[in-house]
Amino acid sequence: MNARLIWRKSLNVTMLSLTGLCALLTVSVLFFILGYLMWNGGKDLSWNFFTRLPAPVGEVGGGMANAILGSLKLLLLAALFGVPIGLLGGVYLAEFGGRTVPFLVRYTADLLNGVPSIVIGIFAYALVVMPMHRFSTLAGGFALGIMVIPTVLRNTESFLRDVPSALREGSFALGANKWRMVATVVLPAASRGILTGVLLALARVAGETAPLLFTAFGNRYWSPGWMQPTSSLPVIIYTYATGPYEDWHRQAWAAGLVLLGLVLVTNILVRTFLSRGTSFERS
Amino acid sequence: MNAAFPLMGNSGAAASAPSSKARVTADGSTTSAPDAGTLRMKITRINFYYGKNHALHNVSLDVATNRVTALIGPSGCGKSTLLRTLNRMYETLRHTRLEGEISLDGVNTLTLDVTKLRRLVGMVFQKPNPFPKSIYENVAYGLRINGHKGRLDDAVEKSLRRAALWDEVKDKLQKSAYALSGGQQQRLCIARALAVDPEVLLLDEPCSALDPVNTAKIEELLFELKPSCALVIVTHNMQQAARVSDSTAFMLNGDLIEFSPTGHMFTTPSDPRTEAYITGRFG
Repeated sequence: MNARLIWRKSLNVTMLSLTGLCALLTVSVLFFILGYLMWNGGKDLSWNFFTRLPAPVGEVGGGMANAILGSLKLLLLAALFGVPIGLLGGVYLAEFGGRTVPFLVRYTADLLNGVPSIVIGIFAYALVVMPMHRFSTLAGGFALGIMVIPTVLRNTESFLRDVPSALREGSFALGANKWRMVATVVLPAASRGILTGVLLALARVAGETAPLLFTAFGNRYWSPGWMQPTSSLPVIIYTYATGPYEDWHRQAWAAGLVLLGLVLVTNILVRTFLSRGTSFERS
Repeated sequence: MNAAFPLMGNSGAAASAPSSKARVTADGSTTSAPDAGTLRMKITRINFYYGKNHALHNVSLDVATNRVTALIGPSGCGKSTLLRTLNRMYETLRHTRLEGEISLDGVNTLTLDVTKLRRLVGMVFQKPNPFPKSIYENVAYGLRINGHKGRLDDAVEKSLRRAALWDEVKDKLQKSAYALSGGQQQRLCIARALAVDPEVLLLDEPCSALDPVNTAKIEELLFELKPSCALVIVTHNMQQAARVSDSTAFMLNGDLIEFSPTGHMFTTPSDPRTEAYITGRFG
């Protein structure tokens, strides 16, 4: 009996420390990446980095203002293109769909979510770049927008499903039709969660490189309008990190830090926003 | 309106005297309004189905204006279903079917636009279900979606006064409705329903989630609302039915067993099953 007890206790301790260790490892990966980026990229981060164009090849210095602006423009396009489709599709799935169609849509969305991002890039290349005979911000935004759709769709659907049906009944009972009910009660009630999902989806595609390689391409200068090739943070990291110059490597680290900082800040903002509680009472 | 008043078939004596014994046959084919009061809604031999489940059997019932009609019976007897046929709320569920006729002021409710019907026949639910909006916006909701002309502020104040909530909330109209207590929330839901000036107010066990003090407030409120509309209340609580209603319908397994003036029902029920239920022998 005593031996059994010792065995149980030691098993308990072993499993506890094993799970604890794995949890620690998960967290430490993030902190390791963050620390490494800070260490390597932090010292090259200066005001110039945010305001200047890249220096000519061979010259030291310069910044990545065009890549930062390019990334923001690409994300704006991605949001304009992908968010309405994902949002309205999610509303359809949660509120209007029957059985078969939503099942198919959901399944397709999950598949789309699993499509390698480079394939999405090829798709955007064939659909936008080829007919227009040019790389452009538009094409890059289109590719990122496609990647945003399934995340926003599924997220919107799940947050809408969380809204208690008692609220729907309350609205119907006052003479609202279905669309009115969705627009005035269900969507506002779920708005916080939906917005969170949108921001997280955008933060995720902000770091996508592959779909931009042959859509937005790259640019060492400013990219006026939407029809020119544009620089972006992930692509410039890719270019600089694989380039032959020491200075480029340092700038790639700095750009990596900026990109990660962007994603982290979005994430943290979203979490604090969300932690202020849901906007309806859960039963 | 009196022309539509149901006569009692062959027993003319019963129709002439308001205090006379209301006669109800088990199949509900001849059901009288048990007390004076103008007929507002008339349910004529309806059958209701949830898919294959035959939930209401040949039920007929009259709802008089300026009266409280109580529906009592054990769980699952169909009283809530009957209530939900009156404003066609059952239509929000799939695979439901209604046979027979329900009229509102002589007009078949199925021919009315459902949003108009629900504006005329308001509903209060078992659990308070205020929208995740401010107190003001909750009351204004029905007015807004029905395109209210005139000053919203006045209408909101009037409705809150009618629901005996104004004094408690007049200084915090812009606060979230969830800041209110359960009893206040239920009165807010009543104010919300009253805002669109319904002719009939349906209450589906409105006090079952409330304590005795708040229950008393709601019951008092019912008396105050009687002059302005017809009230139909579903209740599990027989004492409540006895306290607040003018006429009571007893239902069992989808049949309307007895529909009489409340005083009569609780002293000398005509059907042995009614007697068994109200004396607590089952249910």
